[in-house]
Amino acid sequence: MDNGVTAPVPEPTLASRAPDVGFIFKKALISALVALVLFSLMIGIRTEAGPAGQLIYWTRFDDLAAVAAAVFGGSIIVELLRHWWGPVGTIRIVPPSVQSTLAVARRAIAPVLLIFTLLVPVIFYDQRYILDLGILVLTYVMLGWGLNVVVGLAGLLDLGYVAFYAVGAYSYALLATNFGLSFWVCLPLAGILAAFWGVLLGFPVLRLRGDYLAIVTLAFGEIIRLVIINWQSLTGGPNGVSGIPRPSFFGIPLTPGDDGLAAKLGIEFSPTHRIVFLFYLILALALLTNWVTIRLRRLPIGRAWEALREDEVACRALGINTTTTKLTAFATGAMFGGFAGAFFATRQGFISPESFTFQESALVLAIVVLGGMGSQLGVALAALTMIGGFELFRGLDQYRMLVFGLAMVLLMIWRPRGLIGHRAPTVFLKHSQAISSDLVKEGHG
Amino acid sequence: MSGESILTVGHLSMRFGGIVAVNDLSFDAERREITALIGPNGAGKTTVFNCITGFYKPTSGAMRVRHDDGREIQLERLNDFRISKLAKVARTFQNIRLFPGMTALENLMVAQHNALMRASGLTFLGLIGVPSWRSAEKRAIDLARFWLARIGLLDRADDAAGNLPYGDQRRLEIARAMCTEPALLCLDEPAAGLNARESAGLSELLLSIRAEQGTSILLIEHDMSVVMEISDHVVVMDYGVKIAEGTPDDIRDDPKVIAAYLGVEDNEVAAVESELGL
Repeated sequence: MDNGVTAPVPEPTLASRAPDVGFIFKKALISALVALVLFSLMIGIRTEAGPAGQLIYWTRFDDLAAVAAAVFGGSIIVELLRHWWGPVGTIRIVPPSVQSTLAVARRAIAPVLLIFTLLVPVIFYDQRYILDLGILVLTYVMLGWGLNVVVGLAGLLDLGYVAFYAVGAYSYALLATNFGLSFWVCLPLAGILAAFWGVLLGFPVLRLRGDYLAIVTLAFGEIIRLVIINWQSLTGGPNGVSGIPRPSFFGIPLTPGDDGLAAKLGIEFSPTHRIVFLFYLILALALLTNWVTIRLRRLPIGRAWEALREDEVACRALGINTTTTKLTAFATGAMFGGFAGAFFATRQGFISPESFTFQESALVLAIVVLGGMGSQLGVALAALTMIGGFELFRGLDQYRMLVFGLAMVLLMIWRPRGLIGHRAPTVFLKHSQAISSDLVKEGHG
Repeated sequence: MSGESILTVGHLSMRFGGIVAVNDLSFDAERREITALIGPNGAGKTTVFNCITGFYKPTSGAMRVRHDDGREIQLERLNDFRISKLAKVARTFQNIRLFPGMTALENLMVAQHNALMRASGLTFLGLIGVPSWRSAEKRAIDLARFWLARIGLLDRADDAAGNLPYGDQRRLEIARAMCTEPALLCLDEPAAGLNARESAGLSELLLSIRAEQGTSILLIEHDMSVVMEISDHVVVMDYGVKIAEGTPDDIRDDPKVIAAYLGVEDNEVAAVESELGL
């Protein structure tokens, strides 16, 4: 620190560049002390039941010291990084050339991603693992886009989205196994049934906002799961439904037999055909969801959803029926969840209530929040990050969740409003300019 | 006279528990005129507004809107959004309630929700993009453009409403209410927080709305320069009751109004209170 030199004109950005050693040291010391107190019992003392049932314990002060030292060192690094980044709120000047390159890159990302996705089965044809992972990611992209209608556009916090996924899956499974209906007949039925349940959920929660809405939707998700578990005669209870028919290529089965698609096309049968077909099927379903959502945003109903998120009272003053607006948001989101559920059932061939736990709801919601509420591209990127990243860390074994959680926390610190934190206007006169997330409301239920 | 009025409020009372916010208030708002509702803070003006626009259910009383085609609508029988949709009564808010994360243009498009919903065949026809929907959308954008030009915000049509200066937000909220094509426009303190120049611009805007659109206006306002300049009729409230009514010139010299705003000498308190029935 050269405190002797004082610049005649103080420049805040430059002054803050010089790290204040005393301050950093003090902060690190406090963090280390807090860690010491927190971990003193958890790590410092190890207890165990002895052979005769008595309590034996021994101390592990060296581990405790290591943790405190790690926190001390980490705190200094974080502070130094913060200095390096500069104070929050300052505008770092980016050269225009870099800015325009970034803008081009940003515009190109969606088409590039789409073309890459279309080519995935071609590039990774003989890598079953990648194809399966791709199908999984696309399923979550579709679920994320579906929930985005409810949470991102209408601003209604829904913690029970998995219920509609379950309704869709069981609708297809039961209709197909009991009545022998084909996938293409069941798909719209599954969507309609899920939308119906979405409206049923919507009615009691119309008056609820925020936390209260979240809790009721959470309960709804659990109710559906418990009904599935306990209604043994219909759903098979915890044993689930097995022998769900695989999808056919518009009536032509994907089997090795003479009437299979491979035989008809005169090519050699391969089980990969079905995987590739499933990949393109979920891609088509996801793109349908995306297309419908983008269209809906530009229609009065979509604008009403966003207006509802911004200010419900103003909506009522403008003559917008907030009841039907909320219900259509729930129904639309639920319908896409139902489609995804039907796809899940036909892909797995077997479903049980275990697939529809709260964790799924939380995961889909995390994708929507992480993607940037309301952004279609953001949701797709977040699904790729969450599901793909989760697979990427598979080698870390038991530390996987820890690293994954840490990555999520860091991502939300870096991007508090999600990966794509801008809102694109639905209509414009001269030029469309993105709206900063600071202005966009998150909705209040 | 009262056969011509657009809004008739009769014996309106609103109680919140033991508090009487509005007590037996009756007044008329004439067609194609600007009626001002004034009174000291806490007189119950905004409560009257909330009753008229359906945000409160009045404890008792009747409010009737009479449209040009002779249709009569009892406002106390309609709830929230139907007042704007069916009775064609639009309102603005004392603390601006725009959609801050949407552009100025989008704000005006949301206001045309009901007309656009019909045009889009309840979304289904719009989803497949039939030509009639496209032309309806174009007309809606044209209407929005017309109002943006009218309030001088055409250049900022694509800016987020939350980014506009305060005075512009006030005018945008009025334009948004006008995009619902109302018969009666209710403005809750439209000049609050505006400087003298902006207030003058607001007066001009309101007078032109009355002249060109033929919209009747009911406004609550504290800015007496605006009230006295543009009002055709003034209703004065204090403690939930009407204490005076008349042209701006009548009101200016009314001793009860002066007493309500400025207070009275100690020896006159009893006389004024008995006159008001307090």
